[in-house]
Amino acid sequence: MSNINTLDKDIKVPKHRDIRSLPGFSWFSLGFFIYLYLPLFILVIFSFNSSISATVWESFSVAWYFKAFANDDIQRAAKNSMIIAVFATLFATIFATMAALAIGRSKKIKYKSVFTGVIILPLMIPEIVTAVATLTFFSAIGLSLGLGNIIIAHTVFCIPFAYMPIRARLQGMDEGLEVAAQDLYANKSDTLRLITLPLLAPGIFSGAMLAFIISIDDFIITLMVAEAGANTLPIYIYGIVRKGITPEINAVSTILLIISIIFVTLSYWIGKKR
Amino acid sequence: MKKFIKFLGASAITLSLGMTSALAAEELFIYNWTDYTSPDLIKKFEKETGISVTLDTFDSNETLLAKLKSGATGYDIVVPSHNFVEIFIKEGLLQEINASKLAGYENIADDFKNSFWDTGNKYTIPWMQGATSFTIDTDVYKGDIHTFDILLNPPKELQGKVGMFKSASDVISIAQIALGIPFCSEDPAEMTKVLELLKQQKTHVKIYSSDGILERLTSGDVAVHQNWSGYSIRAREKKASLAYSFPKEGVPSFADNIAVPKGAKNYDNAIKFIEFMMQPENAALQSNFAGYANGIKGSDKFFNDAMKNSPEVNPPAGTKFKFVEACSEKAIKLETKVWETLLQ
Amino acid sequence: MKLIKDILNRYKGVLPASLSIGIFMLIPILIIVVYSFMIPNPNGGVRTGFSLASYQKLFYDYDLFDNLVFNAGYLKIIFRSLWISIISVVASLLVGFPVAYYIAMQNTERRNLLILLITIPFWTNLLIRTYSWILVLRDTGLINSTLMSLGIIDEPITLLYTEGAIVLGLVYTYVPFMILPIYASLERLDIRLIEACRDLYSTKWDALRYVVFPLAKPGIIAGSILVFIPSIGAFIAPELLGGGKNLMLGSLVQLQFSSGRNWPFGSALAVVIMSVVLIALLIQAYNARKNGSEIVH
Repeated sequence: MSNINTLDKDIKVPKHRDIRSLPGFSWFSLGFFIYLYLPLFILVIFSFNSSISATVWESFSVAWYFKAFANDDIQRAAKNSMIIAVFATLFATIFATMAALAIGRSKKIKYKSVFTGVIILPLMIPEIVTAVATLTFFSAIGLSLGLGNIIIAHTVFCIPFAYMPIRARLQGMDEGLEVAAQDLYANKSDTLRLITLPLLAPGIFSGAMLAFIISIDDFIITLMVAEAGANTLPIYIYGIVRKGITPEINAVSTILLIISIIFVTLSYWIGKKR
Repeated sequence: MKKFIKFLGASAITLSLGMTSALAAEELFIYNWTDYTSPDLIKKFEKETGISVTLDTFDSNETLLAKLKSGATGYDIVVPSHNFVEIFIKEGLLQEINASKLAGYENIADDFKNSFWDTGNKYTIPWMQGATSFTIDTDVYKGDIHTFDILLNPPKELQGKVGMFKSASDVISIAQIALGIPFCSEDPAEMTKVLELLKQQKTHVKIYSSDGILERLTSGDVAVHQNWSGYSIRAREKKASLAYSFPKEGVPSFADNIAVPKGAKNYDNAIKFIEFMMQPENAALQSNFAGYANGIKGSDKFFNDAMKNSPEVNPPAGTKFKFVEACSEKAIKLETKVWETLLQ
Repeated sequence: MKLIKDILNRYKGVLPASLSIGIFMLIPILIIVVYSFMIPNPNGGVRTGFSLASYQKLFYDYDLFDNLVFNAGYLKIIFRSLWISIISVVASLLVGFPVAYYIAMQNTERRNLLILLITIPFWTNLLIRTYSWILVLRDTGLINSTLMSLGIIDEPITLLYTEGAIVLGLVYTYVPFMILPIYASLERLDIRLIEACRDLYSTKWDALRYVVFPLAKPGIIAGSILVFIPSIGAFIAPELLGGGKNLMLGSLVQLQFSSGRNWPFGSALAVVIMSVVLIALLIQAYNARKNGSEIVH
């Protein structure tokens, strides 16, 4: 894949022949990113508002950040959200990758469409129904693992989100490379490790990202399944929305945003180094 | 890979075990409405008793009902509204506390000793009480605000600037008071009138939502909004022209109550909290935070000035407060039908 | 014993995913299906007994006077939700495809950067992001005040609390689910294919249509499904941006499980949503088979 790109970079293509750019697409994308970031921009700005309003600007202040740092409830909720999202993403992505490989590559498995159906099933159910159904089920079997309950529920509905991009990626991958590797006497696990997984990596990466986003943002299912002391950030925020968002929430969101940008930049940087 | 999975499994188990072992110390798990518990109150309780409090929040009585019905929730104190107390008792979700035998019971106001939802305080003691009429911008509307007429048949300046709760019972009970129909009516003809009135009102309503009311009122997005009296105080503090209406037709009211769910792990600590809340000084601390009156005699001595002088807590003389009841199955069916027809 | 071992060995790849979903999803769903045939308990939950009333209620319902009459109300809500979801899918595709294509055509470094830029906003809570849109759209909001100060309009235009606002919110929320799969299938696109096309004197748009589009198809289908399904049960965008004046399916289901206290009807509505989704998936599978191309799975 990368060799194609280096190839492209080296060849000078006459402008009218450059097929990589379609007229208007770059401007359109720019517009899209503005659309994507406009609400966030407003959010960050108002986190520095001195008044309690998240909508009417008064003057610059960082007081809300101190307040947010001093707020135990927010910190507990944020910690819970992070723990849940990390574990749910890990489990979901591992399960989804295994399943995608088995369904996409294994010759031994029958009823592949049935398994696919099962895996994308959580997508077909509206969240509120999943929430009530899961709660009923958990209480019927007496499952009480604290955060574990939420991690289980999140893992289940994150699997299809992780699965879809991985499967899409696998579908477009040339099986020839793997066959060639095996022809050259690479054993199965070496083929997997050295050929399939690296090629699959972008799919796994987008899958994991999706799963994480879904988990950290989930509200209704978490609200229903959560046990005492397991409040997450969305639940806390939903409560705050009721009285009107204060810049304290903007401050927390900005902090989360900065952490995510650091995290994302770091992974980008590590990926580049390799 | 396998090792990695094992590691993950192991850490997940440690994590959940860690959660449970943390329960060993003296603890109290409170489940209350969002933004409804004074942080100072909790700090004071923790300091006096050495019990560490964990506070979780819910958004509606229905959520609380669903949670408690599911069993293992781990809460020691819950705060249902008065019209749900009966349901909780009937469903066998509450544990008896026999408040009359507890220290400080003499402080409970007589109204709450003989409330229709829990006579004799076998299961509950009062937490906060307030109204659910509406907040109005007196800069926009200059006339008499103490009537439901301006909410239900808005004059020109208020048309298209009306906000209502997104809750069947809260909206319908206002129409019922205005029409002189009893709460929980089982009469289809009466409920048809309610529907007609609300349909007619809907053409002037901008939004049905119980969230973000403060923001909409202070930004001028709406000029009148159904609201809780305690939140109206906060709205007024941000925008002085906002006033709370105590309609002469009657004011729909609520009383939230402290109760102990069945299966509470820290029953003794819950009782300690209940006794703590029957002390006037502590009840006042909570009132000062939330902006609602409480049911504890003598607590007004400890109110801060904002509370003492607030028009939202001190309604005009002669105001009739009407407590919504727990409706029958038939009444709820009619109510749901009216609500769904209104919003379809 | 050997048989079990053999099966375990053969299916070990799909087992973790299938089992966790089978136990924690399939069983709860079966419970919901069973509930839809039961009798509502006045305080929430269900009573034992068999009844088709919940399904009948979709078409014929008792009015306030207890007469059984044809009632288009629920069908109206179902079609409104379908309509808004379909519009959202189309809008997401129109917005998402050019962006995914643009990203896929960049060099590796920029690609990864842009994909990360797409995911970053979603680290911020959905409620807060939706709330920010209120600040942009409302009468005293960013758009209206800008237009008014520029003298383009005198009166604020109603942007918030409309169906357009719901679509905007849904697209905003779910468009990454469209972009990421399309990008994943375009990313491996061999540019030489398009170059070959261009060498054969096809226009850029023809190349897009006959080369890029077919290759992107699995991604487009996956993306459409990923956008359609959450849209049809969506709750937050309709409530916050739509003003809650007209119910959508998500809110209607939520209502049944909360203050409506009619769990069987809520379950029946859930079964309806599942059926709609299933039908959409079947149509897609049928089309794919007819066209001879490979199905998503």
